[in-house]
Amino acid sequence: MPQDTLKDHGAEKKLVNIRLWVVVGFMTLLCLGLISRLFYLQVVRHVELSTQSDENRVLVQPIPPTRGLIYDKNGVLLAMNKPSHILSIVREQAKDLDVLLADIAKLVNLTEGELKRFDQRIRRRRPFEAVPLKFDLTSEEIARITVNQFRLPGVDINAELVRYYPEKEAFAHSIGYVGRINDRDLQTLDPALYSGTHTTGKIGVERSYESILLGKPGFQEVETNARGRVLRVLKKEPPVPGRDINLYLDSKLQKIAIEAINGRRGAVVAMDPKTGGVLTMASTPSFDPNLFVTGIDTKTFNGLNTNIERPLYNRASLGEYPPASTVKPVMGLALLANGVVKPEDRVFDKGWFQLPGSEHRFRNWKRSGHGWVDLKQAITVSNDTYFYNQAGKLGIDNLHDFASQFGFGHRTGIDIREERPGLLPSREWKRGAYEQPWYPGETVIAIIGQGYMLATPLQLAESTSLIANRGHYVQPRLVRENIPEVQGEFWGDDISTGLTDEADAFNWELIIGAMEEVIHSPRGTANWRIGRGLKYRMAGKTGTAQVVSIAQGEEYDAEKLKEFERDHSLFIGFAPADDPQIAVSVILENSNGASNVARKVMDAYLLPRLAAAKNQKDK
Amino acid sequence: MANQDFVRQIDLHGFGRGPALSMRWHVDFVLLFFLLLLCGAGLFLLYSATGRDLDVVTRQAMYLGVSFTGMLIIAQIPPRFFMQWAKWFYLAGVLLLVAVLFMGVSSKGAQRWIQLPGFRFQPSEVIKLIMPITMAAFFAKRRLPPSFKDIVIALVLIAVPVVLIAKQPDLGTSILIGASGAFVIFLAGLRKRIIASAVCLAVPSIYVLWHFFMYDYQKRRVLTFLNPESDPWGSGWNIIQSTIAIGSGGLYGKGWLQGTQSHLDFLPESHTDFIIAVLAEEFGLMGCLVLFALYALIIGRGLFITFNAQTLFGRLLAGSITLTFFVYIFVNIGMVSGIMPVVGVPLPMVSRGGTSLLTLLAGFGFLMSIHTHKSFMAGER
Repeated sequence: MPQDTLKDHGAEKKLVNIRLWVVVGFMTLLCLGLISRLFYLQVVRHVELSTQSDENRVLVQPIPPTRGLIYDKNGVLLAMNKPSHILSIVREQAKDLDVLLADIAKLVNLTEGELKRFDQRIRRRRPFEAVPLKFDLTSEEIARITVNQFRLPGVDINAELVRYYPEKEAFAHSIGYVGRINDRDLQTLDPALYSGTHTTGKIGVERSYESILLGKPGFQEVETNARGRVLRVLKKEPPVPGRDINLYLDSKLQKIAIEAINGRRGAVVAMDPKTGGVLTMASTPSFDPNLFVTGIDTKTFNGLNTNIERPLYNRASLGEYPPASTVKPVMGLALLANGVVKPEDRVFDKGWFQLPGSEHRFRNWKRSGHGWVDLKQAITVSNDTYFYNQAGKLGIDNLHDFASQFGFGHRTGIDIREERPGLLPSREWKRGAYEQPWYPGETVIAIIGQGYMLATPLQLAESTSLIANRGHYVQPRLVRENIPEVQGEFWGDDISTGLTDEADAFNWELIIGAMEEVIHSPRGTANWRIGRGLKYRMAGKTGTAQVVSIAQGEEYDAEKLKEFERDHSLFIGFAPADDPQIAVSVILENSNGASNVARKVMDAYLLPRLAAAKNQKDK
Repeated sequence: MANQDFVRQIDLHGFGRGPALSMRWHVDFVLLFFLLLLCGAGLFLLYSATGRDLDVVTRQAMYLGVSFTGMLIIAQIPPRFFMQWAKWFYLAGVLLLVAVLFMGVSSKGAQRWIQLPGFRFQPSEVIKLIMPITMAAFFAKRRLPPSFKDIVIALVLIAVPVVLIAKQPDLGTSILIGASGAFVIFLAGLRKRIIASAVCLAVPSIYVLWHFFMYDYQKRRVLTFLNPESDPWGSGWNIIQSTIAIGSGGLYGKGWLQGTQSHLDFLPESHTDFIIAVLAEEFGLMGCLVLFALYALIIGRGLFITFNAQTLFGRLLAGSITLTFFVYIFVNIGMVSGIMPVVGVPLPMVSRGGTSLLTLLAGFGFLMSIHTHKSFMAGER
């Protein structure tokens, strides 16, 4: 360092030294503080604290809260708590753990999985926590352990409330299930809230409303003797039970929907278009959620997880399918709203359509063609050629922006986390995904809901509700109460159609009229299946999605493979057409008759209500 | 000054037969002796605290070997080197912290590590060393007492890493690092007026900190400290149990390996942050006083080195390291005995763990370097 003539080194040294002495003084004071604190604890309070430490140890034990119950819209219990007897071990009171486990194994059957999970749990226990070894003891097992308890130190049997789903498979995807807290959960959960609680919501409503359902643990201070046995309870703070939740789901309707699917792979979503309440959210095949509550064994889990029919997967909100012709009402509105066609404009369908300068024929589903059709007829008979003809004039940009208003390409924001956004293609999307420009031919197939476009059954129900409401949007919701602290996470994208003006009323009625024809007119595509004997006016639209390919390279037998290549059948609809009370979307994978399922659901929901309304009126 | 010159005479020249052994080897034997004594006692305590786990003790002894070697290596480097490279160290340290923010590895909700092939590396530990070096180098080049502008620059230099570390989140470490930087400013002669106004500013800034920067778990710790009974099963548990452990030790303790609180698993983290409770339970107040005495001797030697440092840089750096060491001890014991909130600060040289040991002993390496690299020609600088 160069000699700095401006610096007065003597003075600076003196300054630093003075400061140092000040600090030494402070340190001495703080030290005296520490010593007097230790003196206070170790001399003044010694007798009191050593009594606490010695014979009578005070233990604080958590009392887990009772998890909130889940009811359907009619008060039917969908998730409840059932007492279950648990064999647990307090490590601190057991002598040799291996010997103890061997002794227990002689009395009750312990599986490898149970021992392995016990080993994991015991590593992460709190001091003096009873670590569960075996759940759901039978009364015979209880008796055998109790008789031998005197020679099994540290072993206890206690009754704990365990989650139980009485409807089993029916609500596995929507309500979900709770499962054992694992390492990943531990990173995000507040351990103080989970003292004494061994499970947390894993999927569905159980997961998204976890904070509401959980409640708050209570505590009791107990006095124990030197061997850890509880002598008496000193102080008790009761737990706050979790809040009960009421759903929009209708368990009767859900079961009718599942019955109607009749063992096929598929999904049904029914919504009340007035509230957005989801009345039915069924996905088949399903699984028994009770398997997961106390820990599922690996073999069963792998069986479910690798099953080709994918029972663990919630098709209703995660399944992304080509919506096919069910988008035609939305596309028809797009044509009207963008001024591409007038209601009376007609197109001659000779069975196919060609883009100018191209050889490729886009075929109508009916090879011979439908002849002259206008928009209303095009929807009624599900004519493809009419829409092919308008695709170029509408353009992908208008198509994307308009369909986007109906929720395609966005998550609906339903109050469970298992949801996928589907896919509404656009130029930007294609450039990003494929590094390719958009081709006109792709608009031609997009307008009939094929090609890149994908939607979940939930999205289809959402957009059908929007049509039923003539442009008034409602967000799908499973839980009926207002619980802002949870639901705040689940706001969907802001969807406003901008089509709620008086001027748009004509377009809505035209499209909805066409959808009524689909059901009630003899030419309508759904007429022969469900149009006969309807006691109310239904508006709907059918769809058939071509299945391009399935997961390849897996060992499926040929017959199964063929089955998986069949078309999907879709249906959307709502009723009554003039005062919609229910909107339904159905998908059946590699099968047909989606409309039959929808009718069964609507009949079951509407007929009693219409009858009751009529009675009311007659009185 | 005559007296001090005499001291240096003996120290430097060793009765006129060339430099003393400590100067040739660059080792301060007094400091080394006290440190070894403390660490040795620490191993015995660790053996008891871990429930006679010889593996842990052996591993800790290995860490000690590595850390003492590191200390002696650092002691060989002249302080001038650190002063010249200070700003580059600082820059590298901040970059590492930013890297942690973007590509760090998380564990238990905190993102503090950078994963290198084979081992994990915690940049905030390195900052513990870089911070006092940077501050000492900064003020050593300026006129003292520092101008207002210099103080503002220094505060910014401190704030950047402190905020980055607090966001990881690691409140304990960020407080210690902030303190080590602040000590240098104080030693450099911060005017009394500014100190007074800083105290006045502290009150609103605590309010801001509480409402905008602190994480829920940090708030919970402070609240639990103010009222441990409010969460007796959660974080209050630690304080209640450690208080019982300390108090039940009495004057002379229950004897080595005889503590019940720690051995029956009542006391959490008994071998890391709460190890002093094991000492208090097994050796009583007397044991604690012996430990305090050992710490006092080490701090005393550190202050001696500070007072006798030849350069302003050495004086500020040695002062900051010594004082930060004291803060470590005070925060840890204060926390365990229930007069400070629970912040994750280990008991220096005694708690289990290799990282903090390495950092602490590296710090003492600087002290030795400052004390044993003195030029004979330069006179008073």
